[in-house]
Amino acid sequence: MPFIPHTEKDVAEMLASIGAKTIEELFDEIPGELISGQLTGVPPGLSEMEITRLMMERATKDGFYQNFIGAGAYEHHIPAAVWQITTRGEFYSSYTPYQAEASQGTLQLLYEYQTMMASLTGMDVSNASMYDGATALAEAALMAVRSHKTSRRILIPKTVHPVYRQVVRAIVSNQKIEVVELPFNTQSGQIEPESLSEFAAEEFAALVIPQPNFFGVLEQVDALTDWAHSKNAFAIGVVNPTALALLTPPGEWGNKGADIAVGEGQPLGIPLSSGGPYFGFMACKDALVRQMPGRIIGRTTDLDNKPGFVLTLQAREQHIRRSKATSNICTNQGLMVTAATIYMSLVGPDGLRRIAAQSHANTLELVEQLEKINGVKRAFSGPVFHEAALTLPAPVTEVLSKLKQKGILGGLDLQGHYPELGNTVLICATETKTSADLQNYTGALQKVLG
Amino acid sequence: MSIPTQLKYTKSHEWVKPEADGTVTVGVTHHAQELLGDMVFVELPQIGRSLTQKEECAVAESVKAAADVYAPISGEVTAVNSGLESEPEKINQDAYSAWLFKLKPTHPAELDGLLDAAAYAELLENEDH
Repeated sequence: MPFIPHTEKDVAEMLASIGAKTIEELFDEIPGELISGQLTGVPPGLSEMEITRLMMERATKDGFYQNFIGAGAYEHHIPAAVWQITTRGEFYSSYTPYQAEASQGTLQLLYEYQTMMASLTGMDVSNASMYDGATALAEAALMAVRSHKTSRRILIPKTVHPVYRQVVRAIVSNQKIEVVELPFNTQSGQIEPESLSEFAAEEFAALVIPQPNFFGVLEQVDALTDWAHSKNAFAIGVVNPTALALLTPPGEWGNKGADIAVGEGQPLGIPLSSGGPYFGFMACKDALVRQMPGRIIGRTTDLDNKPGFVLTLQAREQHIRRSKATSNICTNQGLMVTAATIYMSLVGPDGLRRIAAQSHANTLELVEQLEKINGVKRAFSGPVFHEAALTLPAPVTEVLSKLKQKGILGGLDLQGHYPELGNTVLICATETKTSADLQNYTGALQKVLG
Repeated sequence: MSIPTQLKYTKSHEWVKPEADGTVTVGVTHHAQELLGDMVFVELPQIGRSLTQKEECAVAESVKAAADVYAPISGEVTAVNSGLESEPEKINQDAYSAWLFKLKPTHPAELDGLLDAAAYAELLENEDH
């Protein structure tokens, strides 16, 4: 949808046509005392030249740090073609058109996206995306409770991203849904299926299973999925999409596969952008599709038997189902999904595999190097994907501050979310890091701790 | 035969057939399926569930809308037409044979308050203005 500005002449013509003298006149019915008038705290506008100069000056404050922070948002190389194509007029819009106005091109892209995500997660059907990974998990919890019919309890391990757990609570708290947090084994950094029986004393609707978990550690997904199913509960997988190129996808977990799979799509061609916009993905088994929120694109044939794409199963959505809709969401992250679909098309399954493998290898190499430094060691014994938690012999805040002075964003201090872990930092090395970068980090940390 | 005379009706377009054994069979009328269009899915109540009159108990979903179905009288759900799960279009084909669920009435007197065929016909006439 292209940007078409109005000239003053256009505005005058339109006003004349509808018989209004000014644009302000169109807002006549708003009582005078409600109109805010001048915004005295806001300075006058800057010209394009002034703004460009101001932003350039501010941009220098970003610095050129080497980023070793993961924790839910990952720096991966984004091929230039991704955003070249995404910003084409045919694609570029923040708007998410609905049935009557959505073009076949837009719908086809979303359908391709859904196909890729269903394939990546090993599930039967994917929706056209949610706002982000955290809200996608909240929606999955709501979906599980709706589908379960008898229990309103959700079990979430403490190895799930702390902010995701906060978001889930915020979203489900007013719907009389109980969120129960499960402890993890502090040696392995994993949830232990054997220690969960006390939590099943009362019926529950779903178990959330992260893969990898917040610490980068791989969970025992098969045992956990089967355990949830043995208790007549659903298994919700929260997964990293890059990792799925190497790991068993949620659809193949345990004997029957996970029921719902969600996660954060940012690693697929979306820049870090200070935290957003990102997109959440959500996929599920066929049997649950009518309870899945969000837009869903379907492929069908028209009256002349020609194939085409439509927004389907719309009776789940709020513009039809109103208060009984599966969710209040009536949009998706269309632009982000466009970029992600192009990214996945460009790198392909082989490319994604190599990106995942390189990230995994880099993290293992970095951890190996760092563990040679006195007092630095892995916090957990469990296997990791592309992140690892390390305990340090000094307060992490100070270490990170000194590393920053050396141009390195060393990782995430886990003290805030997990005070019981003490001086522990979560580090991540993706395929963007070279051997020289890893050695540079090692040398820098050595000096800081030295 | 869009308003069979032997059935009873509700203002919300359900039909009710009192059976010999005291239970009632419930469905949606021909008029209802006409308004809704092609049926794609029916969500039926669980057997054993207790319903009060006018309580929402089922959903008839078409390509363009999802309509709530209301319990015409209070009672316990004794059976559901699970064939509709795979063939919801049967409601469009013959609304009066594609029943949704059966109830064992708890307040049989409520049946007297339902509309007869003539009253339902009048309702439809007034509706079509």
